Amino acid sequence: MTKVVEITNMHFTRGERTIYENISLSVAKGGITAIMGPSGIGKTTLLKIIGGQLVPNSGDVIFQGENVHKVSRSRLYEMRRKMSMLFQSGALFTNMSVFDNVAFPLREHTKLDESIISTIVKLKLEAVGLRGALGLMPSELSGGMARRAALARAIALDPDLIMYDEPFAGQDPISMGVLVELIKTLNKALDLTSIVVTHDVSEVLEIADYAYIMANKTIIGAGTPEEIKNSDSPLVRQFLNGDADGPVPFHYNAESLQDDLLAVN
Amino acid sequence: MTSRKAEILVGFFVALAIAATLLLALKVANQGMAGSGETYKLNARFDNIGGLKARSSVKVGGVVVGRVERIYLDGADLIPVVELQISSEYKNTFPDTSSLSILTSGLLGEQFIGLQPGFIFPEDLVSIEEDKVCESADLRQCPYLTEGEEIFDTKSALVLEDLIGQFLFNQGSE
Amino acid sequence: MTQLANYFASIGRTTIEKVVAIGQASLMLFGALFAFPKVKNIGLTIHQIYVVGVQSLLIIMVSGLFIGMVMALQGYTILVNYGAEGSLGPMVALSLLRELGPVVTALLFAGRAGSALTAEIGLMKATEQLSSLEMMAVDPLRRVIAPRFWAGVISMPMLAIIFSAIGILGGHLVGVDWLGVDSGSYWSIMQSTVEWDKDVVNGIIKSIVFALVVVWIALYKGYSCVPTSEGISQATTQTVVYSSLLILGLDFILTALMFGIS
Ligand SMILES: Nc1ncnc2c1ncn2[C@@H]1O[C@H](COP(=O)(O)OP(=O)(O)OP(=O)(O)O)[C@@H](O)[C@H]1O
Ligand SMILES: [Mg+2]
Repeated sequence: MTKVVEITNMHFTRGERTIYENISLSVAKGGITAIMGPSGIGKTTLLKIIGGQLVPNSGDVIFQGENVHKVSRSRLYEMRRKMSMLFQSGALFTNMSVFDNVAFPLREHTKLDESIISTIVKLKLEAVGLRGALGLMPSELSGGMARRAALARAIALDPDLIMYDEPFAGQDPISMGVLVELIKTLNKALDLTSIVVTHDVSEVLEIADYAYIMANKTIIGAGTPEEIKNSDSPLVRQFLNGDADGPVPFHYNAESLQDDLLAVN
Repeated sequence: MTSRKAEILVGFFVALAIAATLLLALKVANQGMAGSGETYKLNARFDNIGGLKARSSVKVGGVVVGRVERIYLDGADLIPVVELQISSEYKNTFPDTSSLSILTSGLLGEQFIGLQPGFIFPEDLVSIEEDKVCESADLRQCPYLTEGEEIFDTKSALVLEDLIGQFLFNQGSE
Repeated sequence: MTQLANYFASIGRTTIEKVVAIGQASLMLFGALFAFPKVKNIGLTIHQIYVVGVQSLLIIMVSGLFIGMVMALQGYTILVNYGAEGSLGPMVALSLLRELGPVVTALLFAGRAGSALTAEIGLMKATEQLSSLEMMAVDPLRRVIAPRFWAGVISMPMLAIIFSAIGILGGHLVGVDWLGVDSGSYWSIMQSTVEWDKDVVNGIIKSIVFALVVVWIALYKGYSCVPTSEGISQATTQTVVYSSLLILGLDFILTALMFGIS
C-alpha cells in the first residue's frame, strides 16, 4: 500500500524541551490513521510538522513523495492545497459568517461560480448538520458547533489528506456518533486519507485502520485496532484503561512534589 | 450588504480627501507663482540685504511678480548678490532703468523686494517698434530687463540699529 | 568574574534578539510590500481603507477643527498686540500643513487604527486563524497583512490632508467669523505665504513616512506577539508607544531636512 505521509527518525525540540525523539510513522493511502496519546504529548505539534508549519530538528517528513521541509515555499503552498487540517480550536475566521468561512477556500483556490459555491457550501454544512446555521457568525456558535463548521470548511476543497485535531472534543453523544460516521464515509466516498488525533479511544478504534499511541516522546504502541486492544504492553494497557498510575506519567515533568513543597520552607 | 456600504463610504472618503487637496491647492497655497510657471532670471547687488530670504517675493506696487531664488556673496568683492526669478508674464515689461529696494511689510512683517519701474528714452521706444530689437537675437540691445541681466540701481534694507545710531549721532552733533 | 561574563553575554543576547526582530520585521515588510494586492484582493484593501481610514475620519475631523480653532484663538491674542493679526491665516495654515497635520494625524492614527490593527492580528494569531490560513495554502502576508498595510499607507496622508484643510477652516471660523479678522486678508496673506511644493507637498511626504512607520509597527507587533491575552495587550501598548516616539523623532529629522537648512 502506498504511503501518503512518511516520517522517519524525526527529532523535534521546543526550546530546551524535547517533544519527539527519533520517531518514525507512516500513514497509508485511503485509510484512517488514529494518533492517540496523553494531553501535552505533542499530537498537535505532529500535525503542524506534517503541515510544514513547524520544522523538525532532524529527520524527514515526506508527503506524497516530497519532503515537506526541503521544498521551496511556493511548492509547500501547492502541497498544502492537497492537505487540510481541522484545528483543535476550530480557528474559524471571526469576521465572516459560517457560510463565508466554508466558502473561503473555494473562493481562494477555485474560479467557481458563486451559485456553485453556494451549493457546495450548503452540502458540506448539511453533512455536519449546520445548514440552518449558515448565516450565523462564529461568535454565535457553541464550541461544538464551531468545530463542526470548521470541519465543513476543512472538507470544502475535497483534499487528499485531512488531519483532524480532536474532532470529537465538546460533542454530545449524538453529534459524536454522526461525526464518527462522517469521517468514515468521507474517507470511503472521497477516497481520502485521514489522520485523526483524539483522546476518545473507543470511538476512534471503531473506524481506524491503523493506530499509533504516543507517550514519553516516542511511539509506545502501533498496530491495527485489534492489535492495540489485545496488546499486552503495560504502557498501552494503561492508556486504554485510563489508569492514573503506571508507566505513563500523568504529570508534566517535575521534581517530586515532596521536594518541591519542602523547598519552600 | 455591508461591503456595499463600505465601498460607498470609502468613495466618500476619497472624495473628501480630493476636496481637501483642492482647497489646499487653490485657496491656501499660492500655486500661480510656485515655480511651476515660466520665469526669467535677474541679478542685483545690495550693500545689505537685511532679513531678505530665498523665496521672498518681488513686488511691483504690491503685485507679486517674482521671487528671490538665491542669495550669495560675490566671491571677489564680498557684496551680497540676489538672484531673482521673474514670471515670464512680465517679459519685456520693466525697463533697464528700473530700481530695486528692500522693503518691509508692516512694522514686523516679512521683507520683500520692491521693484520700481524706470523709464525708457523715446528713441529706444521707437527702435523697439521699428526694429523689433527685443525679438531679435541680441538681447543686450533691448531696453528692457531680460534673462541674466543685472539691475544696478538698488537700495539696501533699512537696519533699525543703523537708523538709531545715526539718529543718536545727529543728536550728539547738534 | 563569571558575573561580568554573564552580564556581557546577556547584553550580547539582547542585541542579537533585537537584530533578529528587526530582520523579521523587515522580512514581513518586504513580504507585504511585494505582495501588492492582486486584483482579487483590491476589494480587501478597499474594505481595510474603510476600517482604518473611514472609521478614523470622525476623530480626525473633530480634532482638526478644534486644533485649528484653538490655534486661531491663541495666535490672535499674540498677533493682535503687534497689529499683525492679518498674519493669522499663514500662521494657522503653516503650522497645520508643516507640523500639526501630519504629526497629530499620525498620533491619532496610531492610537485609533494602529492599536486596533495590532489587536486584530494578534487575536487572529492567538485563535490560530493565521495558522489555518497557512494550512489552507493562503499566505497570511498576502491575504491579511498586505491589504492592511496598503490601506494604512493610503489612508493616512488623506486623513492628514483632511485634518489640515478642516483646521484651516476652523481657524477661519474663529479668526474671521468670531474675532473679526478680515476674511480677504486671512486668505490672501495665506496664499502669498504658503507654497504648494514646499509646505503642502512636504507635509504630505511627512505623512507618508509616518504612515509607513505606524502601519509597519502595528502589523509587525500583532504578527509577532505572544498569542495570549497579556501578549496581545502588551503588543498593543508597544504599538502605540513605539509609533508615537518614532513619529516625533522622525518628525524632527524630516523637519530638519526639509525646512532646517535653507
Ligand atoms: N508555542 C509553543 N512554545 C513552546 N512550547 C509549546 C508551544 N506549543 C506547545 N508547546 C509544548 O509542546 C508540547 C506539545 O504540545 P501539543 O499542543 O502538541 O500537545 P497535544 O498533544 O496536542 O496536547 P492536547 O491533547 O492537550 O491538545 C506541550 O507540552 C507544550 O508545552
Ligand atoms: Mg493538541
